[in-house]
Amino acid sequence: MSHWVILPVVLPAILAPFIVLAARYHVGIQRVLSVTGVIALIAITAGLASQASDGTVTLYQLGDWAAPFGIVVVADRLSTMMVLLTAVLSLFVLLYAIGSGWDERGRHFHALYQFQLMGIMGAFLTGDLFNLFVFFEVLLIASYGLMIHAGGNARLRAGVQYVLFNLLGSTLFLFALGAIYAETGTLNMADLAQRVTLIDADATVGIRIASVLLILVFAIKAAVVPLHFWLPSSYAEAPAPVAALFAIMTKVGAYAIIRVYTLVFPPDLAVTEGLHGLWLLPAALISLAIGMVGVLAAKKLDRLVAFAVIGSMGMVMVAIALFSQLGIAAALYYILHSTLAAAALFLITDLVRASRGHLELTTTPPVAGAALTAGLFFVAAIAMTGLPPLSGFVGKLLILDAAFTTPLAVWTWAIILSASLVSVVGFARAGSTVFWKAQSVEPDPEAEPHPAPSALSYAAVGGLVAMLILLTVFAGQVHRYTTTMAEQLFAPDDYISIVLDTPGKLSKPTTEDH
Amino acid sequence: MELLVASAIGILTAAGLYLVLRLRTFPVILGVSLLTYAVNVFLFSSGRLKVGAPPILSDATNYTDPLPQALVLTAIVISFGMTAVVVMIALGSYLGSNDDNVNDPKIETEEPEDLI
Repeated sequence: MSHWVILPVVLPAILAPFIVLAARYHVGIQRVLSVTGVIALIAITAGLASQASDGTVTLYQLGDWAAPFGIVVVADRLSTMMVLLTAVLSLFVLLYAIGSGWDERGRHFHALYQFQLMGIMGAFLTGDLFNLFVFFEVLLIASYGLMIHAGGNARLRAGVQYVLFNLLGSTLFLFALGAIYAETGTLNMADLAQRVTLIDADATVGIRIASVLLILVFAIKAAVVPLHFWLPSSYAEAPAPVAALFAIMTKVGAYAIIRVYTLVFPPDLAVTEGLHGLWLLPAALISLAIGMVGVLAAKKLDRLVAFAVIGSMGMVMVAIALFSQLGIAAALYYILHSTLAAAALFLITDLVRASRGHLELTTTPPVAGAALTAGLFFVAAIAMTGLPPLSGFVGKLLILDAAFTTPLAVWTWAIILSASLVSVVGFARAGSTVFWKAQSVEPDPEAEPHPAPSALSYAAVGGLVAMLILLTVFAGQVHRYTTTMAEQLFAPDDYISIVLDTPGKLSKPTTEDH
Repeated sequence: MELLVASAIGILTAAGLYLVLRLRTFPVILGVSLLTYAVNVFLFSSGRLKVGAPPILSDATNYTDPLPQALVLTAIVISFGMTAVVVMIALGSYLGSNDDNVNDPKIETEEPEDLI
């Protein structure tokens, strides 16, 4: 049995306490350890992704206990792509945190960062709903620490909101898990997928409630309207590198919806028929609209990016809510794109803050490094709003194509296209106010100039933008791969049989086992 | 017994929700604690209620499901830790800004902020 599958969880889990215990007072050593850890993570997850790319589902049984009883970690195409995306994103964000000195403005940044990675990796890899809950808590508790990193009243207040909202979300998650366990007697996803098909057609009340509770929990994580209220303040007030890393956290919610609602409660399942199709697509369309209107209405650059995240999550959810192979394939491509674009925009926001000193959308005199920052903002904004030629345009086109044959196609097309227009106006206005008009203002000779951001910060943002360009150049290959991923998701028999039929301890209970 | 447990969960949840909606940190934290108590009892009862049965298979007819008990134990530990964290953050926020409202503060600028 290969132990590689569990390494993305174990490596940060060991590295984080090591950083706290051994390198507490040496930020230099912390940086070296953290960057080394993340590079190792990229290597491991790239290996896992190439292993899964031919369609193999790799199973790891912790302690060799067989599936419905033991804890399992499963790596298929979707999971490995998400962990690879997390690892790549975390490298650039970490480099930015080091380059901009954010990691020195409070204690234990690197340890919390590793714990956060552990939680995210675990959530993507686990094959068990209760462990999904546990890994959610791991990533949340690390994110609480990161969110209030470097302190400040506004940040602490936003932190309280964020923590309370997520505590309520966790409570709801537990209610959903309890209801599912009461109905089926298992929480292993593959086992659940088999057992929900056995439920009587006239006794589906419990499982229906459970399945709706569960999608509500994931919708909180994915910030779908009307459960998005936690996002703008938290993302705007969080330290920029943390907000950039949080760009993957909304995707954890999207991932969980894709995983659970293709494997456990697939769209054609009789007992939960008609539960999600009815309202998930309208909710997603409303999130898209509200996010993009928020972009237009925002008066500060960080809020603007936060609303752009809501809008792009709305776009992802529109594609997911179609629950078709085309839709999921488009959603997965868009997830890759929007994670990188949102992270890049949060980091660019911080570049602006570093050189101007504030984020109000007002015109200020030219500042050091403005040309480069403006160029990066221009590229990232084009990607985020979905203008050609970058990946946002490709992703949007795929989603529009997937929605073409559905009954709500007119609404979907109308809202996606007009929301895009609104967001283009919002970003163009913000960009021209902040960067373009700067020449028209006389600089104040008394004002002390802010130092230009370091080269490493620019390199980190440039790296993310380069990833976006790569995603555009190789759009064909990536989309073909996400299509095979969607095929694997909609034919879960392979996944289920590998999880349940792999022998381990207790796999064939006989009398001498007791 | 079913009625007793079910109404206990219901009352705890209702009280918790009421307190959460008060939007001041202290009642909200108390409300969240009540909600976690409710969910713990709920998880515990999701393995069916049984009196006087051991959570191990000593004989195949008289036993209670041990898994929800393990789940509850995990949930208790996590919610305990989370409550401790939120108390500390809320205290820091209260002492820093001398205000314990959970909502965003009223706008300092002359123009209303976007409240979408």
